[in-house]
Amino acid sequence: MHEERAFSVVNNIEPTNGYAIAVSGLRKVFGTVAAVDGISFDVARGSTTALLGGNGAGKTTTISMLLGLIKPTTGDIHVLGVDMRRARHKALARMNFESPYVDLPKRLTVRENLRVYGRLYGVKNLPARIAELADELALGEFLDRPAGTLSAGQKTRVGLAKAFINKPELLLLDEPTASLDPDTADWVRQHFSNYKKQSGATILLASHNMTEVERLADNVIMMNKGRIVDQGSPRALITRYGRENLEEVFIDIARDRRKPSREEEGAAVDELLSINPSEEAAQ
Amino acid sequence: MSANETSDRVAFSVGRIGAMIQRYLFLIRSSWPRMVSMFYWPTLQILIWGFIQQFLIQHSSFFAQAAGVLVGAVLLWDVMFRGQLGFSLSFFEEIWSRNMGHLLVSPLRLSEFIIALMVMSSIRTLIAVIPAAIIAYLIFDFSILNLGIMLGAFLFSLLMFGWAVGLVVSGLALRYGQSAEELAWALLFLLAPIAAVYYPVSILPNWLEPIAFAFPLAHVFEGLRAITMEGHIEWGHLVWSFGLNAVYIGLGVAVFLYFFEQARERGMLLQLGE
Repeated sequence: MHEERAFSVVNNIEPTNGYAIAVSGLRKVFGTVAAVDGISFDVARGSTTALLGGNGAGKTTTISMLLGLIKPTTGDIHVLGVDMRRARHKALARMNFESPYVDLPKRLTVRENLRVYGRLYGVKNLPARIAELADELALGEFLDRPAGTLSAGQKTRVGLAKAFINKPELLLLDEPTASLDPDTADWVRQHFSNYKKQSGATILLASHNMTEVERLADNVIMMNKGRIVDQGSPRALITRYGRENLEEVFIDIARDRRKPSREEEGAAVDELLSINPSEEAAQ
Repeated sequence: MSANETSDRVAFSVGRIGAMIQRYLFLIRSSWPRMVSMFYWPTLQILIWGFIQQFLIQHSSFFAQAAGVLVGAVLLWDVMFRGQLGFSLSFFEEIWSRNMGHLLVSPLRLSEFIIALMVMSSIRTLIAVIPAAIIAYLIFDFSILNLGIMLGAFLFSLLMFGWAVGLVVSGLALRYGQSAEELAWALLFLLAPIAAVYYPVSILPNWLEPIAFAFPLAHVFEGLRAITMEGHIEWGHLVWSFGLNAVYIGLGVAVFLYFFEQARERGMLLQLGE
């Protein structure tokens, strides 16, 4: 099955124990619009992969289908070896999710929220785990304050604590640093990096933020209009497109200025060669 | 294919149900207006209907012989209404707080979520009705405990119907968002005219009587009147009410699951509350 895939996100990662995510022929149609249009990809265990694309590229829809929040029109999804169409709850206990667009109950204190989610995820020795997270993420000063009274940066830290509470093997992040100031965003990225190093977890994130992607991701899946248009390591993509950074690659792809194929490049060279100097001067 | 892939059975977890109940208890504890609003209306209702009943007892031989029939009916109607609200509003709390996305990607199963909502509905109903029942006893000399062994059966039957309606309202909220909230307050009153809360089913036009008896409410309130006015237990009505409740709970679950799948199909679960 995997050999047939047009794209594979394993070119610079040695899979340690197979794939954390294996997606095949995934498609989601809303009415007449294909939000995700037949994508296939694998994410190696222990890697960080970024879904990168403009608004409406299909990133959030893809992550939502991986989580089971959106029902695919067609396609297969295996997460941590579990067929998500048949047994998603088996995988859900081993993964977690964070998005600035989904909140925690505002009237509950941070500690109460963590207690509830810790119990939902079946965390053993929960008070000790909450204390550990409070220490790691510096939650102590507002642990007993209602979540709704916190600043954006504090809420982000609490969101991270919720995402880490079950020590997930797989973290799915939807624009995790959206609307954060650069300092807080940097702090958040550092924690994702640290968590990955400590736990060997797999991370899949959807983002618009090129700095974030260049810093965190081993692999990038570029999406446009519901399709995967390219992928590779950030460095490989930058080199392939002949650009200075990932942002320029992103703009090329978002504006459909894809890197020309070898055939297209050859035709362009032939065309250039066929123009004689007098025509060129006239032009 | 591994063993993990061949089975979608994950152990049903009392711990996860407990976590959700704890979540709602934390919420109630954090907000005294929420707590007060739970027993505010039932208390007012019982005061108003209690005084009306006292007036009627003085001017009507019928009510003089059937003391408590009105107050009892008001109390039991409120059990069902608060039971339905307790289910629906607990569910709506997740939409209002934009927390549904986190819950639905946690290991919490829908069956566990529904059971937690039923338990919370019972707790919220008790918080709502116990003060009203105490007032009924102290001021109007009506003890709901006089219903004896049937009290538990009536209460449970009404709660069950409240849950069935709560499931439908919650399903509609999944599909249509917060605009379905109005239904949480209004839907049950659609049935009030045929519920026979304050008058017997025999008052209804002949063609409406079978429709009234197609719902468990008419059976419960007919049973209540049989006890308070005639002093005997109508077992037939009780059996019918539980049988019908089983059907309506089944329908409620089916409607909830249908709208949940519709919301998944249309990609609406992540946007709930926005």
